[in-house]
Amino acid sequence: MSQSALKPSQELDRVTIRFVGDSGDGMQLTGAQFTSATAIAGNDLATLPDFPAEIRAPASTLAGVSGFQIQFASSEVYTPGDAPDVLVCMNPAALRANIKDVVPGGAIILNTDSFSDNSLRKAGWDANPLEDGTLDEWTVHKVPLESMTLECIKDLGIPTRTARMCKNFLALGITYWMYSRPMDATLKFVEQKFGAKSPKLSEANQRLLKAGWAFGETCELFATNYTVARATVSSGTYRNIRGNDALAMGLVAASQVSGLDLFVGAYPITPASDVLHALANFKHFGVRTFQAEDEIAGVSAAIGASFAGSLAVTLSSGPGIALKGEAIGLAHIVELPLVICNIQRGGPSTGLPTKTEQADLLQSLYGRNGEAPIPVVAARSPSDAFETVYEACRIAVKYMTPVICLSDGYIATGAEPWKLPDLSKLPDINVSFRTDPEGFLGYERDETTLARPWAVPGTPGLEHRVGGLEKRDGTGNVEYDPDNHDKMCRLRAEKVQRVQQDIPPTEIHGEDSGDLLLVGWGGTYGVLTAAVRQVQAKGLKVSHIHLRHLNPLPPDLGDILGRFKKVLVPEINLGQLVKVIRAEYLVDAQGFNEIRGLPFKVRAIVGAIERTLEEK
Amino acid sequence: MSITHLDTIRSQRGEIPEYKKADYSTDQEVRWCPGCGDYAILSAVQKLLSTLPVHKEDHVFISGIGCSSRFPYYMNTYGFHTIHGRAPAFASGVKASNPNLNVWIVTGDGDSLSIGGNHLIHILRRNFNVNILLFNNRIYGLTKGQYSPTSELGKRSKSTPMGSVDHPFNPVDVALGAGATFVARTYDIDAKHLTETLRQAWEHKGASFVEIYQNCNIFNDKEFEDVVSKQVRADAQVRLAAGQPMRFGADNNKGLIWKKGVVEVASIGEDGVTEDDILIHDPNQDNPGLALTLGRLRNPDSPEVFGVLRSIERPCYEDMLVAQVAEAKAAKKADLHALLHQGYTWTVE
Repeated sequence: MSQSALKPSQELDRVTIRFVGDSGDGMQLTGAQFTSATAIAGNDLATLPDFPAEIRAPASTLAGVSGFQIQFASSEVYTPGDAPDVLVCMNPAALRANIKDVVPGGAIILNTDSFSDNSLRKAGWDANPLEDGTLDEWTVHKVPLESMTLECIKDLGIPTRTARMCKNFLALGITYWMYSRPMDATLKFVEQKFGAKSPKLSEANQRLLKAGWAFGETCELFATNYTVARATVSSGTYRNIRGNDALAMGLVAASQVSGLDLFVGAYPITPASDVLHALANFKHFGVRTFQAEDEIAGVSAAIGASFAGSLAVTLSSGPGIALKGEAIGLAHIVELPLVICNIQRGGPSTGLPTKTEQADLLQSLYGRNGEAPIPVVAARSPSDAFETVYEACRIAVKYMTPVICLSDGYIATGAEPWKLPDLSKLPDINVSFRTDPEGFLGYERDETTLARPWAVPGTPGLEHRVGGLEKRDGTGNVEYDPDNHDKMCRLRAEKVQRVQQDIPPTEIHGEDSGDLLLVGWGGTYGVLTAAVRQVQAKGLKVSHIHLRHLNPLPPDLGDILGRFKKVLVPEINLGQLVKVIRAEYLVDAQGFNEIRGLPFKVRAIVGAIERTLEEK
Repeated sequence: MSITHLDTIRSQRGEIPEYKKADYSTDQEVRWCPGCGDYAILSAVQKLLSTLPVHKEDHVFISGIGCSSRFPYYMNTYGFHTIHGRAPAFASGVKASNPNLNVWIVTGDGDSLSIGGNHLIHILRRNFNVNILLFNNRIYGLTKGQYSPTSELGKRSKSTPMGSVDHPFNPVDVALGAGATFVARTYDIDAKHLTETLRQAWEHKGASFVEIYQNCNIFNDKEFEDVVSKQVRADAQVRLAAGQPMRFGADNNKGLIWKKGVVEVASIGEDGVTEDDILIHDPNQDNPGLALTLGRLRNPDSPEVFGVLRSIERPCYEDMLVAQVAEAKAAKKADLHALLHQGYTWTVE
């Protein structure tokens, strides 16, 4: 089939599409395929999967609505988009849950077959929105997706129930036509996924994808299709990456560069489990994964592995990190390297397991008994998770300390193009196990880093004991002396503080002084960047810094804060980094906080910046 | 790189030195109460290690929290005093990381059966090749005298002034139920039996679980007196030995027999019972049924059994893990560049 459009084609700069339907409608797969095709089309992009915690919530209900949003453009994309220009909608519940977000005048592609009285009632519509003018604000394309699907593949003899589930490929085909996406990769994907197991399903889905395209091209519903030109980005080789995959690869990279075998002790938890899954497939890199009996066992096994000389990692989300607290404190006092990845989700407690949030910062900084500071770093985007977790590993083994690496649900499941790094330029991770018994003391310290020696079991002549009781500096023998305890608490804190010497100068987006400084961390990077560009374009003197190192903070941060009249700290929590900044630097930083389980919208940040500037 | 350097050092090690018991003691002052049963166990372990064909640096002692968990500080080996109840999890990580190490877990009844119950059953089912020494004194010592999960029903303690209403665990019951491949029982004041049992535990490939009756002379003195004192031993204990009849008594004329689906005490020559009726001990039986029944025998209704209740073979977790890694390495090259570039990539000039 020719992919050259017969109808007129209109060029757009950027588009946001949201696919919504029941949990079982395949919206995540549909979105992922559209994302791949968009990467191949050469656009810059960012995605936001948004799905319920229930695996299969009751069909046609609001609780079961699953969505996938992607923004793509011919220029740089920082966010998955504030509001969809196009909503591809499989049922009345999905319509009800999403309609208010669609931009006025935007397009809605509706599966009309799903608008039965029963499903309207389940979704809470009093009247049929297709008939009462509710949707007048938007351009609605009514497509009987189910009946067209059944008609299209009736000769294949697939049971009706299964056949009906293929309708997402018909919808996908329509969107491919609308935005001139290449179909080849998706056709190949379908063949690989279904070809061997079920040739009929493979044929059905391929046929439906092409039928969707043909429908768009010939049907009078769509007056035009759109092209989005290739984005102009810096030169290099790119791939699409989700944050959880980047994190797993960053850990493998640190293992390879350091020469240490990677050990992963973890217990499954949303949204961190995919990191464990990825690492379990990397055994050829020497990775040993241990699915422990619980969160505490996961971190404990990792500390044991670290004692024995592995690059040890535990990964979880907030509730799991809470359980690991005591063991992390132990890793701090015994001074063994350990990387703790927290893929944050909505809290407190079980909270919103599949939604994003940044509310574990204070837990990371302070969530242990006693004086137990540890370094904390945070990834700012899916691809940045690679470098950030690599940095966490580097700090852990250099300073002999546990390090927390923060990601979040948005970074974990969101995707973006990743300019693949030059592996030869990764920072060194130099590890030297102590092997010389001459004058060995378990807690003698390196002058520069204050790190103690890593002496692993099996090394002749270095037999020594470590443990959670306070110990005498040098020997490491158990010691209850008050002065020694005071000294040791300060020494361990000083060691963590010395990580500052490795932190590069903070990158300032914008002028290095001005009226307002936006300070962010974590997954809000894209939104803050986009918002700051907008207000800078209006001539406002606003700059932005985004912190990777949250403990210790960058050594130049105090100076930078002092060069701006106002400081605004937007966070998806009720104000955590802002507390730290106010306490550490005595500046009157203001917070902007929303905690809705969703990324910020650019317009919300722009509004917050403008309001803050207007305040006297 | 230094990691390889360590491998070189290890590969150049000579013969295993002739160790003395003193080689395994540290300069640290032992801080258990005078008269505590832990001293005898420490002494037996130090002595046993000096006789094993193992380099000193290849032993690792890992403990949780409690009186018994101070043990690693007194062993001149690698040691890790961890957090309450989690020693098996730390040990799993050590063993998965370096299967060549000899890992010993030292724990108590509260540490392993209360706060750490979960980790105990899971290390047993996974069958990591470790030795677990459970010092059972049926009381909380370090927290000064609360009842423990092995204290008898009705136990009066600081936290149960009217008597405990908790039904106790029987440690060997828990271990057998969790699918342990080696389960034994011994006690602190019989150095010979203790040492011999621990030696068998060390020889067993897999998770070896040893319950050690241990006297806490401060908070639960003479708890086991009716079973372990020299005066009553002969009649209150059955010493299990592979292939041997389960006989006991001062005159060795009593024994355990199987009658109507239960184990009973019988006297040879009485009620028509002959030597041939006495049960023969077979620790290698796959079915744990009889071991469970024997482990549950309690004084004063019957004698209590000591020795190896069960010893069977099953693959160890760390061996299977290492095998999978080796298989994956043989099948696929570790190429970081290829990993990053897998799937669809595109180049921008």
